[in-house]
Amino acid sequence: MRRTLTVLSIAASAISAALFSSSVWADEQVINLYSARHYPTDEALYNDFTKATGIKINRVDSDDAGIIARLKAEGSASPADVILLVDAARLWKGEVDGMFLPVKSKTLETAIPAQLRSKATDDGTAWFGLSTRARVVVYDKLKVKREDVDTYEELADPKNKGKLCIRSGSHPYNLSLFGAMTEHLGPAATEAWLKGMVDNMARSPKGGDTDQIKAVASGECGIAVTNTYYLARLMRSTNPADKAVAERVGVVFPNQQSWGTHVNVAGGAVARYSKNPANAVKFLEYLVSPEAQNHFANGNNEWPVVKGLKLDNPALKAMTGGNFKSELVPISAVGMNQIKVQQMLDRVGFK
Amino acid sequence: MVFSARLFLRCVLVVLALWLALPVLTVLFSWGQWNSVSASILAEMASTVLPDYVGTSLLLCALVSLGVISMGTVSAAAVTLFDFPMRRSLEWALLLPLAMPAYVVAYAYTDYLQFSGPLQTNIRVAFGLEGRVFPEVRNVWGAACVFTLALYPYVYLLARTALSERANHLMEAARLLGAPLSRRIFQVALPLARPAIAAGTALALMETLADFGVSSYFGIQTFTAGIYKAWLVMDNRIAAAQLATVLLIVVVALLATEQRAQSRLRFSSARVDRHGNESQPMKLRGVSAAVVWTLCVLPVLCGFVLPVLFMFRALLQGDAAVDLPWDRFMQWSLTSLSLGGMTALLAVGAALLLAAQARLHPNWLTRQAMGVVSLGYAVPGAVIVVGLLLPVGWVQATWPQSGVGFWLTATVLGLVWAYLVRFVAVALQSVQSGYARVPASLDDSARMLGTSGLSLVRRVHWPLLKKPLAAATLLVLVDVMKELPATLVLRPFNTDTLAVMAYQLARDERLGEAALPSLALVLVGLLPVILLSRTLRRS
Repeated sequence: MRRTLTVLSIAASAISAALFSSSVWADEQVINLYSARHYPTDEALYNDFTKATGIKINRVDSDDAGIIARLKAEGSASPADVILLVDAARLWKGEVDGMFLPVKSKTLETAIPAQLRSKATDDGTAWFGLSTRARVVVYDKLKVKREDVDTYEELADPKNKGKLCIRSGSHPYNLSLFGAMTEHLGPAATEAWLKGMVDNMARSPKGGDTDQIKAVASGECGIAVTNTYYLARLMRSTNPADKAVAERVGVVFPNQQSWGTHVNVAGGAVARYSKNPANAVKFLEYLVSPEAQNHFANGNNEWPVVKGLKLDNPALKAMTGGNFKSELVPISAVGMNQIKVQQMLDRVGFK
Repeated sequence: MVFSARLFLRCVLVVLALWLALPVLTVLFSWGQWNSVSASILAEMASTVLPDYVGTSLLLCALVSLGVISMGTVSAAAVTLFDFPMRRSLEWALLLPLAMPAYVVAYAYTDYLQFSGPLQTNIRVAFGLEGRVFPEVRNVWGAACVFTLALYPYVYLLARTALSERANHLMEAARLLGAPLSRRIFQVALPLARPAIAAGTALALMETLADFGVSSYFGIQTFTAGIYKAWLVMDNRIAAAQLATVLLIVVVALLATEQRAQSRLRFSSARVDRHGNESQPMKLRGVSAAVVWTLCVLPVLCGFVLPVLFMFRALLQGDAAVDLPWDRFMQWSLTSLSLGGMTALLAVGAALLLAAQARLHPNWLTRQAMGVVSLGYAVPGAVIVVGLLLPVGWVQATWPQSGVGFWLTATVLGLVWAYLVRFVAVALQSVQSGYARVPASLDDSARMLGTSGLSLVRRVHWPLLKKPLAAATLLVLVDVMKELPATLVLRPFNTDTLAVMAYQLARDERLGEAALPSLALVLVGLLPVILLSRTLRRS
């Protein structure tokens, strides 16, 4: 029995240690961060902020949906100060659901172009884009002609039958692309476009973007849709197999002659019930500083939102040859289309 | 005095059961919040994709049942009924796949076998071929294989126990009566193991239904995928919860089957045959030994050895393996272990309380409490998260000063609660089967000697239950370490676990880097598996 008691008391102390060790309770300068960014390279970014300001960062990484569910349940008791999400539609949703505290910051407003942050009200701006990624087309340089895939519309063209590889339509990256297409083409034409893509698929959707690129390189499909940073990562890899993949595929930034390439935004906001909004704003401002923006470009191969920064990422440069035209669709429209798009996908059998 | 103590215990029991069942009950009560938005979403889904989801889930369940039943039963029968080279080692090695999370098996195989993977690429290069040389892994059939390999140990474990208790003795008797081998197997051994096989299959199917990792990675559209779609994409938690009730009903049916099977198991194991050891398993030689040996080696090879090798390959080839922060890596392991350990102790405590109550006062109330608590195991982790966060959010909104929301997520309370909801059932299974082996006559003797209530549990049951309690602790520990959806959403600040890191890295499409936390997860998971098999052998 005494042994049992010992075990129980050890357990009890372990539990209380776990409960109270968290520095949520301490009096030092901290901000509590809910992040949907899941890139290991971001670690350096957070450390630099702590070094520069002395403010410690407590962090939970989850996915966008998990973060929003958690914020809703915590309500006014939420310890969160800053929220980072990686999809424009989700940022819009967070704003609509009143999850963010609008803030005013000259630094953020001058650094970030207006279309990459939410519309300012009298209270301030709800969220700020911090980096962008383009959704582009990669193709097999041996079997597919570049001019056959230089628009999104051509992905559904019968000439590309049996060649297309794409990840699940329900993935946020695709939902946002399709939501933007709905703005350009209208719902009926978009549904027909989606149906055309289903007919063109080389295989039913599976895996992530990297899998699609590898599938093109190995000859399983001729065309794939991917976010730019997955391709850039392969291009910059030191693994010979990855390098070979990157060399075999060509990349197109679609619709350069019309409305431009679809660009998704990763961004941040101050949490509605932040106990520490001043520090939260300080953190967001740090994220648009040249060092942090460079980190997005070099660490994770994203495009910085701040204009005029010298970009020294060789992969991003090689992809675009300098600059590219990106589409201008209001993010709120993309967000509002999401459910409609999912129902179209279900109707045309886009998995 | 005695009466009030009993009343108090009964209250504790009710509170505990309700507390553990709250997330599941929330899901059920979602029908009360019927509104036109969720109705239209459900109607739209029902007219387009839902039939497909149901079909896929049914097909998957049928294939997995077939797989785990054949693989689990054949291997269990082989190691208990026959003697062949390496039998002793295979007996415990067959449990190894228990340490592999199904999603890790899926990652490993896909990476190696897919069109762009090393196997197909090398074959194409070597023979100058074009196109696909190996069928696609990522479909329902592939998923069924992955689940079979990851889950057959449930059937194996239970069937082996059932067979080793009585089969040899009865097989011997049948042989003396002149029955040929095939008849002895099919008419004596298998019927004996049938309840155990059913119980193991039910567990495997519940895991399959609750899975999201494998099916989302393979892009197969199961019913659970539909629940996630309603929740995440349609942003309608009510519709998601309503879909989840359908899943719950299936699970209740499965549980009923399983419990009936278990109660028959209990019946047979309550009369353990003490002379069973006299009869020896049949010695095999030559071709038959080779065949049986192969049948037992294959599951271990495919379910454990190969995936581990594939992961190592991915790890060594990935260019970022050197950059991994080893000190943080230790921290992830520690967090995993301490969360697992903490939950395991609490879960076993709760299970012991429930099981002891059921033993001492087997009435309607205790039976209902047990039933309700058992439901949690089969509910997908993310549904539990929704079921747990919905009422908490409501309480928080009604009494903003209470700070419930904060306490739940800023500390480990919410996470441990979610773990307990899912895994007390696992502990309960083990403790109950342990209790079934303690003859009721011991309780009666103790009562006649003036010991009852808690002191009976402490002085008589506790010493006899140590082994099943140890097994329960270990099983919960492994399960918690592998758990993903609840950990992802509910963990407090700065507490990353091995499972979370493996998932984050895999989600970021860095399979090479994901290999290390995955391998560590397997390694840490091995510990309980080895202890479990040792415990079982000694008992």
